[in-house]
Amino acid sequence: MTGAVVALAGNPNSGKTTLFNKLTGLSQRVGNYPGITVERRLARANFGEDIVLVDLPGTYSLAAQSKDEAIAFEVITGRTDDPAPTLTVIVVDASNLDRNLYLALSILELGRPCLVALNMTDAAKEAGRPVDADRLAEQLGVPVVPIVAKKGEGIDRLTAAIQSALADLPAPYARAWRLDDGEEAKIAALAEKAGHDGIALWAIASLATTSPADVPVVEAQLVAAAREHVALADAIIEKRYEVASALAVASIDRGAGEATSRSDRIDAVLLHPVLGIFAFVGVMAIVFQSIFAWAEPLMDLIEAGVGAVQGLVTETLPEGAIRDLLVDGVVGGVGNVIVFVPQIAILFLFIAVLEDSGYLARAAFISDRLMARVGLHGRAFVPLMSGFACAVPAIMAARSIESPKDRLVTILVTPLISCSARLPVYILIISALFASDETILGVFSVGGLLMLLMYFLSVVFTVGVAFAFKRTMLKSPTPPLVLELPPYRAPEPMAVARRVYERCKVFIRDAGTIILACSIVLWALVYFPREPDMEGFSPYAEAVKLRDATKAAMFTARTQKQRAEIQERSERAFERLRQRSAEKRLEKSYAGRIGHAMEPVIAPLGYDWKIGIGLLASFAAREVFVSTMGLVFGAGEDVDEEDATLRDRIASEYTPLVGLSLMIFFLLAAQCMSTIAVVKRETGSWRWPIFMLVYMNVLAWIAALIVFQGGKLLGFT
Amino acid sequence: MTLDQLPKDRPAVIRSIEGERSPVVLRLMEMGMVRGAPVSVRKRAPLGGPLELRVRDYVLSIRAADAKRFVVEVAE
Repeated sequence: MTGAVVALAGNPNSGKTTLFNKLTGLSQRVGNYPGITVERRLARANFGEDIVLVDLPGTYSLAAQSKDEAIAFEVITGRTDDPAPTLTVIVVDASNLDRNLYLALSILELGRPCLVALNMTDAAKEAGRPVDADRLAEQLGVPVVPIVAKKGEGIDRLTAAIQSALADLPAPYARAWRLDDGEEAKIAALAEKAGHDGIALWAIASLATTSPADVPVVEAQLVAAAREHVALADAIIEKRYEVASALAVASIDRGAGEATSRSDRIDAVLLHPVLGIFAFVGVMAIVFQSIFAWAEPLMDLIEAGVGAVQGLVTETLPEGAIRDLLVDGVVGGVGNVIVFVPQIAILFLFIAVLEDSGYLARAAFISDRLMARVGLHGRAFVPLMSGFACAVPAIMAARSIESPKDRLVTILVTPLISCSARLPVYILIISALFASDETILGVFSVGGLLMLLMYFLSVVFTVGVAFAFKRTMLKSPTPPLVLELPPYRAPEPMAVARRVYERCKVFIRDAGTIILACSIVLWALVYFPREPDMEGFSPYAEAVKLRDATKAAMFTARTQKQRAEIQERSERAFERLRQRSAEKRLEKSYAGRIGHAMEPVIAPLGYDWKIGIGLLASFAAREVFVSTMGLVFGAGEDVDEEDATLRDRIASEYTPLVGLSLMIFFLLAAQCMSTIAVVKRETGSWRWPIFMLVYMNVLAWIAALIVFQGGKLLGFT
Repeated sequence: MTLDQLPKDRPAVIRSIEGERSPVVLRLMEMGMVRGAPVSVRKRAPLGGPLELRVRDYVLSIRAADAKRFVVEVAE
């Protein structure tokens, strides 16, 4: 037959995705953390050209409380645009039979052709509870194939079973339990409306007591009808569990005693009230350190590589706008994209290992208390912490948060955390405008305290804004913590590598294009117009004048020493001229004009047009502020935050109060186009990145205004 | 006694589930926490955080506030 669709359904962590990989050879990611498959995935089977496999989200039930469950239900019953799958393979974790069979029963009762893949039979055997697949098949009345998906055991038997089931579809399952006659009559009445007994059961179990969260296709009348049977929901769930337990008892050889498992022994340490906290802090410190520091050499390498390519292009192409576009716009822009790759790769390497090993669920368990106070799930901890290094990978890490609203809150507040790109800006401002080496109480340096203040404020604002969003715009109760702590398992290197690769690929493809486009626009704003009105200042005329003066001086010079002096002075003058014309050109560029135009808005914060240009340029990346200020102040473009000339120029033009206002602005403002691009990628529309841009910049403006104007009122300068 | 009061490592059986069937309660029931199900407390998270339960053959973590809804009886 052609166009057979086979769906894979099962509990989170049942090894469904591993099986999907084995059956398709696709780089579908696998994790040991409940709730990884966010969307439904399709791939062609590797054992039959005309078979398409659909990987459904792992769920504990089909009750429509979350999007995952809704997708699973809709796909299995053919309520999506695609027809219902020809066959549903229910993946059952043999080491956790009761709960897995509960879902299997809920699916079987929908009356669609199914077969059961009994996975992790090795783990069940190790735990002393081996499952007899034949006995289970006999009791259940559905084909059961024992497999160990991770090791590839039994896959051939499974593909053969799938093919023979497709050729000769198994008979629909008939439910193995009954309620009393009165209750059955009610179910039968609802089944008439719903079209099927199984749909009626599903409606009662999932709609009777709660409203469907994400089920667009459910008929309103079915919801209303289910509401009349609140008391039945309990009975249905209990009956199914009775059947599931009976099946488990019949098919498990409970010979061996219940020895403490390896997971129990590991948890005795990792979830210990004291040791557990140390372990948690230690693990988080390593993750944090790695994205903060270990990525650095790789990033330097990338920057050096970009520089080399730029040099090469400069040498090979003739001078002109095209060359400048390629060098500074395109190659520089590509550099802006790939410079993030080390951080993303390292963070996701750790997340993948932690997730697949089972520790991430424990980390959420430990940090839940802290996060619940803000109204967030324990899973929001890792993304928020990663934000101290860089918001881009941090926002991508928010994917593991189940509730869409909580994930959005996390994404929206993550850029408020002081990322490492703000560090050079803080350093420049503190060292230029504050006596940073002076000490208070003999121990704390002013610079260190200011830096600490910035990080402290960033945490306060992040928590405060998250708190505010959770109670207003994205109002939702503190997410329930229903978290399975899966058994510890060794991560598969290939699966980890694939995941890291996929994350990087998605970033480069989806966010990279936006970042590149923004880089080119920013380049153009600084570069054009090429022949600006310099208000009487002509670099060429000045250069000619300088040359003539030098020549005349040389002519009168008598000694070698004098000549050398003149030569040196002239070189310095040329350098100054170059800087002045660069300065002037920048002032007259589109960016400079925008900086001037921004003055009325930023003047109340204590900033002039020069800082305006810096703010505009920092949209490329915050640390670009430093090199732009170098350009604006004629200290040259290749300055860093330690540059003495730049510090002196800034110190002579601005007051410490302006510095403080500027640091507060950088703390809160959304300036980084890469963050905006990645938010667009993760939320799927421009709505939330634009909202983020507006709320953060308004917040930054107001806070900086309060600091500057308040400071002035208090008599500070 | 409710589940949040159950001493650590004491096997118990769920007797009844109190209050409305909120999404969390329904979810927990579908995960096997129904009447008659065996349950024990494996661990309590530091600082009064969530409970770690053994339910049927797996480990589940829930908040103490949700555990309050489950009335349990210590198994003999």
